[in-house]
Amino acid sequence: MPETATTTRKDWVSDQEVRWCPGCGDYGILLAVQMAMTELGNKPDDTVFISGIGCAARFPYYMNTYGIHSIHGRAPAIASGLALTRPDLDVWVVGGDGDILSIGGNHLIHAIRRNINLTILLFNNRIYGLTKGQYSPTSEEGKITKSSPMGSIDHPFNPISLILGADATFVARTHDMDRKHMIEMFKRAHDHKGTAVVEIFQNCNVFNNGAYGQITSKGAREEMIIDLHDGQPIRFGAEGRHGVIVEHGVAKVVEVADVGVGALTVHHHDNPDPSVAFALSRLASNPDAPTPMGVFRDFERSEYGSVLNAQIAQAIADKGPGDLDTLLHGLPTWEID
Amino acid sequence: MVIRSNDAEYVEGKETVVTDTEERTSEIPEVERIIVRFAGDSGDGMQLTGDRFTAASALFGNDLATLPEYPAEIRAPAGTLAGVSAFQVHIADHDINTPGDSPGVLVAMNPAALKADLPKVVEHGTLIINSDAFDERNLHKAGYESNPLEDDSLAGYQVISAPMTSLTKEACKDLGVKPRDAERSKNFFALGMVSWLYSRPTRPTHDWIEEKFKGKDLVIAANLAAFKAGDVYAENADLWASRRIVRPAHLAPGTYTNINGNTALSWGLIAGSRQAGIPLFLGSYPITPASDILHELAKHRNFGVRTFQAEDEIAAVGSALGASYGGHIGVTTTSGPGLALKSETIGLAVSLELPLVIVDVQRGGPSTGLPTKTEASDLMIALYGRHGEAPLPVISSSTPADCFFAAIEAVRIAVEYRTPVILLSDGYLGNGTEPWRLPSINDLPEIKVNYLTGPNHVDAEGADEFLPYLRDETLTRPWILPGTPGLAHRIGGIEKDETGNISYVPANHEHMVRTRAEHIARIADSIPPIVPAGDADADVVVLGWGSTRGAITAAVGRIRKKGRKLARIHLRHINPFPPNFGDLLRGYETVIVPEMNMGQLAHEIRADFLVDARSITKIMGQPFTPAELVERIEETIDA
Ligand code: SF4
Repeated sequence: MPETATTTRKDWVSDQEVRWCPGCGDYGILLAVQMAMTELGNKPDDTVFISGIGCAARFPYYMNTYGIHSIHGRAPAIASGLALTRPDLDVWVVGGDGDILSIGGNHLIHAIRRNINLTILLFNNRIYGLTKGQYSPTSEEGKITKSSPMGSIDHPFNPISLILGADATFVARTHDMDRKHMIEMFKRAHDHKGTAVVEIFQNCNVFNNGAYGQITSKGAREEMIIDLHDGQPIRFGAEGRHGVIVEHGVAKVVEVADVGVGALTVHHHDNPDPSVAFALSRLASNPDAPTPMGVFRDFERSEYGSVLNAQIAQAIADKGPGDLDTLLHGLPTWEID
Repeated sequence: MVIRSNDAEYVEGKETVVTDTEERTSEIPEVERIIVRFAGDSGDGMQLTGDRFTAASALFGNDLATLPEYPAEIRAPAGTLAGVSAFQVHIADHDINTPGDSPGVLVAMNPAALKADLPKVVEHGTLIINSDAFDERNLHKAGYESNPLEDDSLAGYQVISAPMTSLTKEACKDLGVKPRDAERSKNFFALGMVSWLYSRPTRPTHDWIEEKFKGKDLVIAANLAAFKAGDVYAENADLWASRRIVRPAHLAPGTYTNINGNTALSWGLIAGSRQAGIPLFLGSYPITPASDILHELAKHRNFGVRTFQAEDEIAAVGSALGASYGGHIGVTTTSGPGLALKSETIGLAVSLELPLVIVDVQRGGPSTGLPTKTEASDLMIALYGRHGEAPLPVISSSTPADCFFAAIEAVRIAVEYRTPVILLSDGYLGNGTEPWRLPSINDLPEIKVNYLTGPNHVDAEGADEFLPYLRDETLTRPWILPGTPGLAHRIGGIEKDETGNISYVPANHEHMVRTRAEHIARIADSIPPIVPAGDADADVVVLGWGSTRGAITAAVGRIRKKGRKLARIHLRHINPFPPNFGDLLRGYETVIVPEMNMGQLAHEIRADFLVDARSITKIMGQPFTPAELVERIEETIDA
């Protein structure tokens, strides 16, 4: 990990004009990332942002760090090659739901199962923004868009379920209306060794305005957001009057007055068994029901790059540093005088 | 053929097949060369048998060339023509170029192998046959109406038939090996026979069996017993009249090893990394016939080689590009279908102007095509297979050992010019072998690496500034490693100006497109001019690229011997071409281009130089033989 440094937000702001639509949720996320960076004590020169294509993917241009704005869907693959060769760097991947879950879905799940040291920010606005409003892999069934005038037939991904299904060691969810929570999640994700994914509910006010309004608007949050806290019973609502019980692989919302606090499921983000976190991720498939936010899972498993580098060290210890002449003489040879 | 590190012109082999009148100390008649083809069912171990015969011959000092041919299916139906696996080896007492025209000896382990490969055998050739396999069922599966060992159909050949399966079982019966398992050693029986017939040393095979099957004592015992039984059988079966010896070749002094193209290419990449002084990263997805490069490089972590088996071809090249961005030599290896998938990322590499080596071990296409057969039909996709104006250097290797030097050259161009480079090999080079006189590592070319570590420009106000796309005199931009203090910047696939930032200015795009093209064109300044081989005053030149080198060299040699004047050019660099190439071509009356495709290089020559190139093409999944090239070159000249 890079050494720590003292920076201000300005140190993280590039000289490029930010060109998202006015009112886009991406502005809030950018600010939260820059602030998280100052709190983490990172150095801009040791930080790399790699993105694919889409509105969110313009992100690297706005960070005063190293960065690549690459091609659609491939950011996790490119970032994997960088992270495996340069463990001294802090490598972040940024992309939207189309970029990371649709065209790049394969790279996402494989980065996750390998547990390469990457922090992946998934901006989920449930729509294609840059191509002007087609349904995305997280759009709800029946959604009317330019490419689905009679309603989308596609069943959407539940990103947290998908990510847990790929055996993620870290996955969290946050939303663009709560800067403090975003900063907290970004810092937690950054500190995790391995692939950490943060799903960010992001509002696209041009093509999918208010997609999360039912849960993220100020008045709705208390009753609709279930904050996950490690080691604590899962409770939400005014005075914590609602709770969650996970039983037989299914999570359900209960009234604390009915069941008592002792009956509530206690959240353990480092539970080796991901099935409780998975059940929680199924609690709300659409943002019209109480939705868990926070760290679903933060579990330790060997990180790919560390093992790869350990193998290199081991090979050198066993065979000595590679010698080309020895290599060339490695098959049977014969002499001709 | 023997490759020398200075890549000099090859000595053309003598053409007479047999000189069995001259006798030396031993009683065994000498021949200058033999071509043996081992053929059997996929499960019969023919690749291994051929490989052992080759190894013993290499250690004996012969020059040689090999051609393995196997079915695409791992377990094609047993006993059928589709399931025939063959290995052809040409050994000689002189410098040779190819696995030969037609085998003089065919080892056929079953009727299907005989049926499939008999047409390839020379007139009056020798057939060594496992008679046990010629039962009604197998004959039927191979489509024989009557047993060729019993009718007259093989009358024109010298047939040596032996009950190899039963004799192998017999030889193993006191070893405690189950008869079923013993049967599996029958390929060593065949090897024993052939080794005796062609006076091969047996020690290397003994040693190899003991090493290879270490810990499996029964297998060692069975294989050794079968090998010995084959040897004894040949000696006792009155085959003395058929016995021949091929004396060691008079090769240039040095240390030799027998190498295939995929291994040589892997070593070349490691050598390139050594010469550049930066580590190698391979992102690869398994694909025939390129996977062996991944396997080979995976063995060499002690060279700092990071191999990464990616989830798909796209991630393979993406991870390699990420590694290059980080300052390593990013390499990806594949075959045609994979190259198609990598196309978009290679375009990104063109735009980012980062080093990247893409190795395409070509096979028959399109689509799955002929996955285990060779072809050289990816030249056009290598040159043009990207959207937009996206030129990049394309080079090719021409013999198995040459893959070593081609890989170093690919690394050199990629690293020094910060560009993706496509290196074309093919299945024939990848799997075929030849003796290689090992180069001295002190003679390998130096590869210069410069990372930018500080400002590279002074702005209008006289202040230091840093421009990621400011170019040097070769139009190459700097390589800046993330982590370098003070040089944080962003790059991307969107059009950019010198700052690396997005620019949609119309004139800037035109400028950048033309600059990228000129950048690649100027690489020609680092390529040595071509010196044609053959007759300096010839009006006709035979122009080749890739694995046709051996066959073209042999064919041109034979035609010249008949008194015709011919020149020969074989290309390493296809984009950009060497600097004198166009002028040189225009100086010939006739330019003939043999290719294992529909005429892709010929098309290129016509387009670039307005030269009326004549194509000779072959698209059968098999390399040209010298004999067919002689005929077709003569036809073309006389037409
Ligand atoms: S289209 Fe939507 S996501 Fe894209 S910048 Fe505009 S508001 Fe943001």
